[in-house]
Amino acid sequence: MRVGEEDVTYVSDLANLELSEEERGRMLRDLNSILEYVDTLNELDTGDVAPMAQVSERYGVDNSKQGSERFAYATRSDIHEGLRKSFPRDVAMANAPDPDGPFFRVPKVIDRP
Amino acid sequence: MDLTALTIDAARTAIAERKITAGALAEAFFAKIEKDDPRIGAYLVVSKERASSKAAEIDKLAESGEKLPPLAGVPVGIKDVLITRGVRTTAGSKILGNYVPPYDCTAVRRLEEAGAVVLGKLNCDEFAMGSSNENSAWKPVHNPCDLSRVPGGSSGGSAAAVAADLAVAALGSDTGGSIRQPASFCGVVGLKPTYGRVSRYGLIAFASSLDHVGPLTKTVKDAALVLHTIAGRDPMDSTSADLTVPDYLSEIEKPVKSLRIGVAKEYFGEGLEPDTRRAVESAIQRFASLGCEVIDVSLPHTKYAIPAYYLVATAEASSNLARFDGVRYGYRAPNVRSLSDMYRRTRNQGFGGEVKRRIMLGTYALSAGYYDAYYLKAQRVRTLLTRDFEAAFAKVDAIVAPTTPTPAFKLGEKVDDPLAMYLADIYTVTANLAGIPGISIPVGKTREALPIGMQIFGKHFEEGTILRLGHAYERAA
Repeated sequence: MRVGEEDVTYVSDLANLELSEEERGRMLRDLNSILEYVDTLNELDTGDVAPMAQVSERYGVDNSKQGSERFAYATRSDIHEGLRKSFPRDVAMANAPDPDGPFFRVPKVIDRP
Repeated sequence: MDLTALTIDAARTAIAERKITAGALAEAFFAKIEKDDPRIGAYLVVSKERASSKAAEIDKLAESGEKLPPLAGVPVGIKDVLITRGVRTTAGSKILGNYVPPYDCTAVRRLEEAGAVVLGKLNCDEFAMGSSNENSAWKPVHNPCDLSRVPGGSSGGSAAAVAADLAVAALGSDTGGSIRQPASFCGVVGLKPTYGRVSRYGLIAFASSLDHVGPLTKTVKDAALVLHTIAGRDPMDSTSADLTVPDYLSEIEKPVKSLRIGVAKEYFGEGLEPDTRRAVESAIQRFASLGCEVIDVSLPHTKYAIPAYYLVATAEASSNLARFDGVRYGYRAPNVRSLSDMYRRTRNQGFGGEVKRRIMLGTYALSAGYYDAYYLKAQRVRTLLTRDFEAAFAKVDAIVAPTTPTPAFKLGEKVDDPLAMYLADIYTVTANLAGIPGISIPVGKTREALPIGMQIFGKHFEEGTILRLGHAYERAA
């Protein structure tokens, strides 16, 4: 068992999910089965391997591409796009479940005892 | 002329030569959808008004004798994770049940600017999370080749619509195989471009470093046509690459002789269904007979791809799906006590089981104390998987493999076993982690007459090469 009942509670709190009793039982079973499978990654020694967060950092790593358009793109400077026109407020808020003029109305934030 | 069976190439030619009108073609599809879709379940919304007005615009252009845009009058369907202005877009989720977007995603806008007619929104797994389309909050999709089987996922509606002649072509999204796997299950062509080749602006995010937009079509040439239309830099997506988009239509006509094709044994191991193996091996023989050089390559970390993928993808998803809070758009739970109660109930009532499972796994992998062991570890393995491809591509121009280990499975067969469902993506997730392009093309059928797909991987931004090989295979078949 990688995770127990208390982990399911802790993680569902972090994720703002309110799971039913039945869902919690199933989640416990599924998470454990997936995490057990995921543990195969520990067969690999990755101590010297840099983590990869996104793809574009690899566009230019192949030396054969040095001098190419792709290499130049992967090593370019930042591009400043500047400001863009945004939607009028009524368009941007048209899908809000409970708008109040220019505001989003929400339930009480703090519960007084 | 069977109007709904036309390819993009045939449809646009027939319209340009005034043999048919765009209006008549759209009407033929509406009629076909009304007749056949009740048993397939591909469409969530049919956008008749939008389609008819676009078709009328094209017909007016044609009448005035003006030069028509490249996809003039071609009826297409759009996966429901791609947002469409004024047309309900749900991502297959109850939490977006009434969402009407205020803008169009870039890929759809570019298709329409090229003259395409948007028929409607296509069913998919909720937030593109699934391999069978059974996670749609609305209805399942049935595989047109065998209605008792799944169409694959998550772009199941897109693949089924193209296979059942309910659209000439469709757009899908691919985070771990969601274009290629359903294309394979339904016997159509599915292309996942290089990460950065096609803008993700207006694609409802699942895992931002793995999400791709691409076409599902009847032929490789059609996939080239759609890619050419939607590819290229978009200032609205900072990860879209500012690189020249080649003319894929001339790329596919180049000879394939002496191209080097890699075959990796890791994709032909245990669990590969025998008919699929035979079909892919005979396709490789065909490439050899076309003058390609077939070379053995190794992708030694392949067996770690699924665990690495499910950590990276769920971590990114848990972050992306935090935006669904019942405040700015989408569903809000009624009768709540406080703000925090509202968040929790909204998300619990709005999300389906698989989405919650992935949010939980991703949140766990990112949580204090587990970040290094899970998320960071998976990112390091992602580097190893990418290096595998870089080493192989130093020796070859393309790599071929089966798209999936088995053909389409039965509806309900894997719904209770998430891990078994994840393994349906075993041959496709690597291309998402490395960001390389991949195309699935039909290469025959099993003894049960189920379609088999073969995948061709290429180097970053070399969609031209894999399209060329696919096109050559198709012509030789």
